[in-house]
Amino acid sequence: MSSDHDTAFIDLRAITKRYAGVTALDSVDFTVQPGEAVCLAGENGSGKSTLIKIISGVEPATEGTVRIAGKERPYLNPRISAAAGVMVIFQDFSLFPNLSVAENIAFATQLSTHERFFKSRATREIARKALDRIGVEIDLDARVETLPVAQKQLVAICRALASQAQLIIMDEPTTALTEKEVRRLQGIIRMLKDEGVAVIFVSHKLAEVLEVSEKVVVLRNGKKVAEGPATDFDTQSLTYHMTGRDVPEVPPSEVMAGAETLMHVESLTKEGSFADISFDLKTGEVLGITGLLGSGRTSVAKALFGLVAPDAGSITVEGKPVPTGDPQAASMARIGYVPEDRLTEGLFLSQSILRNVAIGRLDAHTSGGFLNMAGLVDEASDWLKRLKVKAPDVEAPVQSLSGGNQQRVALARWLSRAPRVLVLNGPSVGVDVGSKADIHDIIRDLASQGIGIIVISDDLPELLATCHRILVMRDGRIIDELDGRSVTEDDLAHRLAS
Amino acid sequence: MTDHASTKTITSAPEFRLLIIAVFVFGLMSVLSPDRFLSAQNLTSMAFQFPEFAILALAMTITMLTGGIDLSVVGVANLSAVVAAIILTQFADPAMPASQSVIWLSFAIAAALCIGALAGLVNGCLVAFFGLPPILATLGSGLVFTGFAIAMTGGSAVMGFPDTVAVIGNAQVLGIPVPLILFALLAIVLHLILTRTAFGLRVTMFGANPLAALYAAIDINRMLIKVYVIAGLFSSVAGLIIMSRANSAKADYGSSYLLLAVLIAVLGGVNPYGGYGRVIGVVLAVLSMQFLSSGLNMLQVSNFARELIWGALLILVMVINTHAVTALRGSFAKTPK
Repeated sequence: MSSDHDTAFIDLRAITKRYAGVTALDSVDFTVQPGEAVCLAGENGSGKSTLIKIISGVEPATEGTVRIAGKERPYLNPRISAAAGVMVIFQDFSLFPNLSVAENIAFATQLSTHERFFKSRATREIARKALDRIGVEIDLDARVETLPVAQKQLVAICRALASQAQLIIMDEPTTALTEKEVRRLQGIIRMLKDEGVAVIFVSHKLAEVLEVSEKVVVLRNGKKVAEGPATDFDTQSLTYHMTGRDVPEVPPSEVMAGAETLMHVESLTKEGSFADISFDLKTGEVLGITGLLGSGRTSVAKALFGLVAPDAGSITVEGKPVPTGDPQAASMARIGYVPEDRLTEGLFLSQSILRNVAIGRLDAHTSGGFLNMAGLVDEASDWLKRLKVKAPDVEAPVQSLSGGNQQRVALARWLSRAPRVLVLNGPSVGVDVGSKADIHDIIRDLASQGIGIIVISDDLPELLATCHRILVMRDGRIIDELDGRSVTEDDLAHRLAS
Repeated sequence: MTDHASTKTITSAPEFRLLIIAVFVFGLMSVLSPDRFLSAQNLTSMAFQFPEFAILALAMTITMLTGGIDLSVVGVANLSAVVAAIILTQFADPAMPASQSVIWLSFAIAAALCIGALAGLVNGCLVAFFGLPPILATLGSGLVFTGFAIAMTGGSAVMGFPDTVAVIGNAQVLGIPVPLILFALLAIVLHLILTRTAFGLRVTMFGANPLAALYAAIDINRMLIKVYVIAGLFSSVAGLIIMSRANSAKADYGSSYLLLAVLIAVLGGVNPYGGYGRVIGVVLAVLSMQFLSSGLNMLQVSNFARELIWGALLILVMVINTHAVTALRGSFAKTPK
């Protein structure tokens, strides 16, 4: 072990990170050798992002030592970390969409030379060299926003290489890639490793990167629960370590025979984001809509709730047409929508838990112009209790809650309005494992009460655990309709990314 | 959790600091100039002075709660006053018996309020339907309103009212100045609107996160229009008080009030980015400002120095609030997502 530590590029020992009483990381050891590819696996909330933040200098560790390139780093910030060769490629790549490929690749390098003027020729040279290193052809003058996702990722990799990266950390590198693109990425990773560049994959979907990795580290609830050569792991054992459960979640029980059509969507089309989306939703049915990042699933979800105005097509709920492009009309038709990004779209973070629920029911508790405060509070508290929100004080700001509890608050707001159709966009994004299973329970339970539920997600186990039917989207169209109770995860993954 | 619990106790609320400041300034002025500052005459005169700009500060408060601002409050106040004044001078003879002039006065008041509401509607539509930034929309509309007032009056003061007009600004009921009563009423009304109605809660929530308000299916446009209409109505009341106290109306009265209204709202703890603000805070801020201003007047401090002191007070309170806000944010940032 000691020799491991001596040669390691990254050497973390007994790293503990606490946030206001919550332990995000608990005495984790973590090493990366030069030229090694490591899979850092874990569910949302397991602590993997925290670990990355510590390595990249975004957050300091509460306890433990960090060594990068053999040097102990008691004080780290993103600049020190980058200077030592640690480069993070985030899921959105953090590129400048309006600049050219060459400018994006050379940007960081040019800044670090402290030249007063921007040199166009040098820029192109730097970019050309980086692209050559991974053997990729991309037009240097193309504006980055015009590139497909996979090429943007390559530009981000080249930018890291141009900045003398010794370690490239890739956050969810495959979520937006097709199978072919994934294979190309694997080839590039092999090339980088041969040159001595280490790679960390951060993901909760690892099958694709498992074969180019040497080592797997699994985190769960802030603890390292498994570590070993990649050959020792397969998808199943990874899932087991990540979730800590042997028993898979139960699929939903069948939709009641003769259930009526609740919602009918006909040829919904929006130029540039989705086209010809048609489907039915029965009472008590959970319908999944999935697709890669950029497949149009989120736009469709928003269109169902009037947040995106479609160019053509219609939505009817219980036989009545719902005006499109108007959230209030959708809400009047008793459609509910729990957005993907809880923090910016879903919740009023600085406002109390109670208010966050009550905002949906203000009119129902108004008499003679004034609010019936007691009634409002009672009802909201009742919903919080029914959804088992763990909150010591309902008057505390909602941002004091954990992700899982926040999501329940968002759900409670809509449930208190007795929706007929509930659109859940990424219902368990950023939610810990235990809460995730609970949320799936809630979804199945609501469906059994006759609510029609649409789950938009790219979390395949989640879809399988909740959905009766799954629609697969690609390039803005529905390309497949699958029976959620019989399809396997591998089959679904293949259809998604083929 | 202790952090949140403690923010709810009275002593740590931003309003409590304001109470201390108000009491401190009052105490200081009483000590420095006991016979003059504490005289009944001075206290009454203060109670006549502040309501007009205090009401404008209330108008500012509700727009700031949404994360907006209303820079047209003074323009609206003057336009309303000019319209009322024109009605009064055209139709009500100063020699008219009170029973008759009261009718014209009521008509003039109604017209002024309509102008206020209409101006607010214009502002609301600019902000809601056209999506203009409130600071620019109301800056522009304020100039337009002032322009109308100038066009109607040729820029000179409109005067020559029946005596009944003086009731609004100069009379006392049971020893309490009428302007003070009007201010108290409006403050209570605004407080009730903000804390006890669905609309008020929506205003605060929208200010806290406009995007989440959209996703919560709140009728944002209607809400914003209501907010600016209320601000317009309040401004026109302030305009009527100014008219009555000056016994005339002019397009450019109260030009220093705009800044004062913004200043008081911010001093009062209203978050200029929206989502937080309490009427009690604004009331305390108004009192502090008035005590300070009157006291300095008695101590014969020059006007320039007074402005310096006001500015310093504003910055001081803002810095204190910012520190509190940062500390609060810090404690939230530590909770994992």
